[in-house]
Amino acid sequence: MTARGTFPHRLLPYLLLAPQLAITLVFFYWPAAQALYQSLLREDPFGLKSRFVGLANFRRVLSEPSYLNSLEVTVIFSVATAVSAMAIALLLATMADKIVKGRGLYRTLMIWPYAVAPAIAGMLWLFLFNPTMGTFAYMLRSTGYNWDPLLNGNQAMVLIIAAAAWKQISYNFLFFVAGLQSIPRTLIEAAAIDGAGETKRFWTIVFPLLAPITFFLLVINTTYAFFDTFGIIHAVTGGGPGKATETLVYKVYNDGFVNLQLGSSAAQSVILMIIVIALTAVQFRYVEKRVHYG
Amino acid sequence: MATVELKNVRKTYPGGFEAVKGVSIDIADGALCVLVGPSGCGKSTLLRMIAGLETITAGDISIDGKVVNAIGPAERDIAMVFQNYALYPHMKVYDNMAYGLRNRGMARDEIDRRVNETAKILELSSLLQRRPRELSGGQRQRVAMGRAIVRSPKVFLFDEPLSNLDAKLRGQMRVEIKNLQRSLGVTSVYVTHDQLEAMTLADKLVVMNAGMVEQVGAPLDVYEKPASTFVASFIGAPPMNLLPVTANGTGLAFADGSAVAGNGFAGGKAAQIGFRPEDVVVGQGDGGLLLDFQTIAVEPVGAESFLHGNAAGSPVIMRVSGRASARPGDSIPISVPEAKLHAFDAAGKRIEPSHT
Amino acid sequence: MIGQSRSRTVVAHLVMIVGILIVAFPIYYTFVASTLTLREILRPPLPLLPGGEFFHNYYAALFGGIGRIGGVGVDRLLINSTIMALGIAVGKIAISILSAYAIVFFRFPLRMFFFWTIFITLMLPVEVRILPTYKVMVDLNLIDTYTGLILPLIASATATLLFRQFFMTIPAELLEAARVDGAGPWRFFKDILLPLSRTNIAALFVILFIYGWTQYLWPLLVTNSNDMNTIVIGLRKMISFADADTEWHLVMVTCMLAILPPVLVVVLMQRWFVRGLVETEK
Repeated sequence: MTARGTFPHRLLPYLLLAPQLAITLVFFYWPAAQALYQSLLREDPFGLKSRFVGLANFRRVLSEPSYLNSLEVTVIFSVATAVSAMAIALLLATMADKIVKGRGLYRTLMIWPYAVAPAIAGMLWLFLFNPTMGTFAYMLRSTGYNWDPLLNGNQAMVLIIAAAAWKQISYNFLFFVAGLQSIPRTLIEAAAIDGAGETKRFWTIVFPLLAPITFFLLVINTTYAFFDTFGIIHAVTGGGPGKATETLVYKVYNDGFVNLQLGSSAAQSVILMIIVIALTAVQFRYVEKRVHYG
Repeated sequence: MATVELKNVRKTYPGGFEAVKGVSIDIADGALCVLVGPSGCGKSTLLRMIAGLETITAGDISIDGKVVNAIGPAERDIAMVFQNYALYPHMKVYDNMAYGLRNRGMARDEIDRRVNETAKILELSSLLQRRPRELSGGQRQRVAMGRAIVRSPKVFLFDEPLSNLDAKLRGQMRVEIKNLQRSLGVTSVYVTHDQLEAMTLADKLVVMNAGMVEQVGAPLDVYEKPASTFVASFIGAPPMNLLPVTANGTGLAFADGSAVAGNGFAGGKAAQIGFRPEDVVVGQGDGGLLLDFQTIAVEPVGAESFLHGNAAGSPVIMRVSGRASARPGDSIPISVPEAKLHAFDAAGKRIEPSHT
Repeated sequence: MIGQSRSRTVVAHLVMIVGILIVAFPIYYTFVASTLTLREILRPPLPLLPGGEFFHNYYAALFGGIGRIGGVGVDRLLINSTIMALGIAVGKIAISILSAYAIVFFRFPLRMFFFWTIFITLMLPVEVRILPTYKVMVDLNLIDTYTGLILPLIASATATLLFRQFFMTIPAELLEAARVDGAGPWRFFKDILLPLSRTNIAALFVILFIYGWTQYLWPLLVTNSNDMNTIVIGLRKMISFADADTEWHLVMVTCMLAILPPVLVVVLMQRWFVRGLVETEK
């Protein structure tokens, strides 16, 4: 009917909103509009003139082999990171759920990596696995395996996936623990009375009930792998060797700041925005569903 | 202390919904006025308009002879007790009570004196250092009262303050509120949907329906002379029996066609005839309305029994003291004394029956 | 609770311990390396236990003047990171709580329009608009300033959404009671809303402090001069595997120093952080 519990002031709310709106306009909408505009222009090699080229930048970007390569790299990297970070976290959360004594201590020890910057996470792993002085690299080599992530693209990929997944385990762990705790004990007990063993209980009762959280984490982890891992890649591989670990975000940075191809970089930005919008939309459908499930 | 006057007060929401459609009430200094009605009748909106929490679309509200339409709630010198108590969860009981005084810039020792005094009246002295979540429902209710009392405002406003309590506590608090209001002598407006609460508390009872006042009066006057079928069925439990009647040339006839028989009763232009369950007499009595009651169910509740059944083609409830000997299926002759009969016209308005 | 056999509990503990070893090992090993001499680090495998150079290395990195990255001391980098993280955390909380306050507790024309204007920024992370945002920074002369490091990162919808969600759970009567008690918008905000939001603010503080501390791409872009680098960027610049004279023992110390502050914040404020995290993201 009416807005209960509000103040009748007219001017004040605008003042309260002003700081956030100002920053949002200057640093979000203006640049986003610029990106859209730039993506339709092409500059001459000297950067002196630019002309309107319609969707040509997009066409060019999407047909560029290096862009398609980085799309593939991004998909492999994201899926591998999300799946391994979630699988390990789920295993650990299930174990933690069984432990009564010392659960708090385990949690405290588990959440560290959340606080570590992705770039530093990359450096830590690089320190352990770099071929010149890394302890694990040394051990791998002493078994006769030819380990050199600085030269071998696949090994580089494995290394950044490990670092990226490692950092994300704590986050997933916290959510899975919360999810497991919200499953009513009576359900598990009912299943036990029905004669389901522990493994069966997990796959038929616990895992389906965790589905909403799992799905939510899948979206979050994918977003993380897409955008937040720039630091890892920049610090560990620099997109190399070759272009073996150049993800989409890394390529936007590289083309825009290193190679100074403004139109192409802007078009890539716009494509990324579309991907984020899609991911957000998916996430929202999930949120909506959660409400229904109560 | 003050009078409260409402003059043709209206509230229309931006969407066009009319919550209050022209209400005029005068509340005398020190009186307890109860606004009662079903949910959505506009009683809470009206109270919130007196409080200054809702704007007034038209009309005037005066407190102590001064029009307060444009004045904010804080400057109206009113205090309000909310349905869910609305205690500040992070403040101790003491601070909950002191907050309004502090905002008015009252001196520290004066605040202290007032809070302690009020706490003593409400038996809250030992709870002053607790937080609301550490209190029981009844105690929270008391703190909400204390927060109002401590301000010694011109007017108390109560918005269904007892509806979150269990039945027993509600009865207790009702008596307590009545006594407090009497002894403090502060003009009060009290909103409730519970007719029993309304009847027992009110000096002045205002029955509201669909944004309008149906009747204003002393509780027993309203009970005995309901101004409309709405009031008749809203006030009193079980509600008044209402039997539709039609004119049949010579007199009136009930829904089942039987003539309205009785000694010297003529309902005039009545469209409905009403009587209260407790006014029914078993047997012929000494005249008045005579009916045949077909028993359907008997509800013994201890000191009295309610008989549900049909009479003259309409459902009727009667109350008999003690235990009823009737059983379902029994047919009982009943009568209602002439003086206890009510008549209402086609619009549901009361008509004073013409007794011949 | 279903009874568990002892062996299963033991297995659970074992798996947890292995998990924690994996999770904590890279950090632990860095700590070990930070207590060794350069020579020991360069000769793998490293020992599993800390060496004897703890005080020497940490002293050298902090005060020795040798752990300098492009002429800038570690202390300066730590200060920069702290300013950036605190600035983002405090700034974001401040502007978000104000805008959420406006959106929930006032009614005014274009209210929902403004809400959506803020909300849509969820879909525009810094990473997808780096180049144009960088241009804005250049135009506004914000390169190599704290303002430039902080400001573009403090307007985000998440904090506003969290506060809005929380504010909407506050019963309307509470505001009405406060109005009857003579509290205007400012008093209501200060005396009632802020104290009630304490837990939310604490949780957001942890999350945002870490967000600010771990930023990489943005500080990389908007800082050119070495004395505006954050510790994370500085560390990246220290590391060169090709370069033979990288002082690895000091790099390790710097690494520990870069990890420690946010880890401390998380561990010490764990309870709020966990609650806040699980609530915010939903």
